[in-house]
Amino acid sequence: MAGQGSEQQQRGGTLLRVNTADPLTYLDHAATTPMRPEAVEAMLPFLTERFANPSGSHRFARSVRQAVDEARDIVADAVGCKPGEVVFTGCGTESDNAAIVGTQRRHGGVAVCSATEHHAVLHAVEHGGGRVVPVDAAGRIDLDALAESLADDVSVVSVMAVNNEVGSINSLDAVAEVVREHAPQALLHTDAIQAACWIDLRTITPHVHLMALSAHKFGGPKGVGALIERHGTVLEPLLQGGGQERDRRSGTHNVAGIVAMAEALRLTDMERVADNLRIAALRDRLVDALLHALDDVIETVPRDAKIAGSAHVCIADIESEALLYLLDEAGVCASAASACASGAMEPSHVLAAMGVDKRFAAGALRMSLGRTTTEADVDRASAVLIDAVHRLRGGPR
Amino acid sequence: MTGTAMKVMVAMSGGVDSSVAAALLVEQGHEVVGVTMRLWGGESDTGCCSVSDVDDARRVAQQLGIDHLVFNFSDDFNEHVVDPYVQAHTTGITPNPCIECNRHVKFARLSERAELLGFDAVATGHHARVTPSVSGTGFELERGADRAKDQSYVVHMIDQAELARTMFPVGDMTKADVRAHASRLGLRTATKPDSQDVCFITSTGGRTAFLGHRIPFRSASVVDTSGALVGTVPSVEMVTLGQRRGIGLPGGGPKRFVVDIDVPRAVITVGDEADLLTPGHHVGAMTWVHEPETLAAFETVLVQCSAHGVPQPATVSMGADLSMSTGTDLPMIEVRWLEPQRRIAPGQSIVLYDPTDRFVLGGGIAGAPLLR
Repeated sequence: MAGQGSEQQQRGGTLLRVNTADPLTYLDHAATTPMRPEAVEAMLPFLTERFANPSGSHRFARSVRQAVDEARDIVADAVGCKPGEVVFTGCGTESDNAAIVGTQRRHGGVAVCSATEHHAVLHAVEHGGGRVVPVDAAGRIDLDALAESLADDVSVVSVMAVNNEVGSINSLDAVAEVVREHAPQALLHTDAIQAACWIDLRTITPHVHLMALSAHKFGGPKGVGALIERHGTVLEPLLQGGGQERDRRSGTHNVAGIVAMAEALRLTDMERVADNLRIAALRDRLVDALLHALDDVIETVPRDAKIAGSAHVCIADIESEALLYLLDEAGVCASAASACASGAMEPSHVLAAMGVDKRFAAGALRMSLGRTTTEADVDRASAVLIDAVHRLRGGPR
Repeated sequence: MTGTAMKVMVAMSGGVDSSVAAALLVEQGHEVVGVTMRLWGGESDTGCCSVSDVDDARRVAQQLGIDHLVFNFSDDFNEHVVDPYVQAHTTGITPNPCIECNRHVKFARLSERAELLGFDAVATGHHARVTPSVSGTGFELERGADRAKDQSYVVHMIDQAELARTMFPVGDMTKADVRAHASRLGLRTATKPDSQDVCFITSTGGRTAFLGHRIPFRSASVVDTSGALVGTVPSVEMVTLGQRRGIGLPGGGPKRFVVDIDVPRAVITVGDEADLLTPGHHVGAMTWVHEPETLAAFETVLVQCSAHGVPQPATVSMGADLSMSTGTDLPMIEVRWLEPQRRIAPGQSIVLYDPTDRFVLGGGIAGAPLLR
């Protein structure tokens, strides 16, 4: 049986080699981004020699505490808020839940959100009996419908800055105006998790009370996020405990994650303008190639209504699962909609809310570009994709 | 179908049979990709589709060094399996959802997907065999080597085109062999119990809870064969022909069976076993492994009416009145038992085997009993 075991290990080893050494074309930056090397570098000391608990009372702890404080300053600067308004959390989902559930537990009332929110918001709102507001064909919240849904009973409104599937941008400025007029008592929360790479967060911050961020979407590590709580906003914390994070979040600080998140956000903020220009050109090249070569493909959201990194298309008469298999086989990493716990693709609630024709929605493909995307990547992806679509449309051989 | 390396998609439920099926294909040198189908989106505590079953399938695939994917066929499953199952109960029909899943999902939807993606074959962990045809052309669908675990009944609808691209790697093995092989490989599913129940019906709520949430139940009178009222049941939809328990009759008397269900009038008739006996059945929606004409070679065939039922000898005649069909325009046959048998609940699958009880000839859906 030893022979059998080693054979399996060998197979496992082969698989690993195939996964890492073969060329991969990574167009799934909306799922997660490669970590910035500087962020990796920044976190390493806190995984090794600087392991102290920042809440401790000795000099070793204080030096680590300083790193957390400095990270907070950096994040606050990139967000355009006061350092005291930054609350580090365990992930973006926690930040969204803390905003919605925390508001409702503190102030009662109901939550309102747009129909295309990430499940971290949508499920939290629905779980609390909240209301869901329709969107327009480009995936942006319908402001008239929002106004109609607002009333005295609303305690929190949640509208995402950038949609995670199709990349549409909401104008938080306009949303804030509607909320101020129709539900002045309500807090405005924005899930800005997909925005950080593309939009200067300082342009969003003045309009909102709460903002959720997630480090791994902008070159930081997984397992760390932030909730910006502005204007003395007071929420009921989700976790009961030591109140380590400014009495707003309990749990020992993920120091390495926090430090790396700050470094990643600092660099993202610095390079954002140039990245936007370069990546928009790559995105246009990719989508133009598809539209040129294939019939019955729609660019799901017009380019002027979405972020530069989003290349979401809907391809008629094929199925996303089949297309993703062929892309995967060719080493192109993309996605369709969100997956359930078993890993199966779920039909997109975003495309349904936008009213995308089912014939097209069934063939949804989310390619998302980022900092590391090259011209070779998009050229390879378009060639593979065009070939795959021809193959799928040709039917069984 | 062995000998040359092929690209094979193996359906992995997370159970031991499909785990070993995947392992055997890898050992035979095929290029193998494991797929777990997500079929049922609702509550489940019995069969496949739970997160932990997908975990098992994925971990086995990882151990074997093959890719593992999850395909979401829940829309197809609802359309072709769950909805018809629910609707059938409102008309007194008792379908077999596992067979409809094989017919419409595993050996249709999954198989088409596999072909589209460039796979040469689809494999499952069923205990059945695809063997070269005895007549020299095409394939036979043969019972699994483990007669007690044979599943040819539930895959009887596979036609020649599909058989040519279907593999049942564990079909030559006994269940004990399968488990022993899984143990030797150290697969985590080696001692996992067999799934017994319909995957979308929970063991806690059962059929009553499942159907009760989806269709209105109507209470029914229970009468004897003379028409005298002997009791009531809370839901005519839950009663199946031949049923003995749960029909609201006091214990201790002679054995009484449900011998007729009149759904529109909500009347259940009970009688003794003799009232259940019939000389034969109409069988509709027939599918055939070969051309139906091959039937002419046999004076009698063996007919199996449930997953593990004992096959009974019968004669078969073709071309019965199509107006009696079960709602499809697929051909209808008449099965006539050599000795009278209990009536089969309408909707159940009836599968014909050759007189040696090895090869599936075809199968269909039980319709009305023959009157004489």
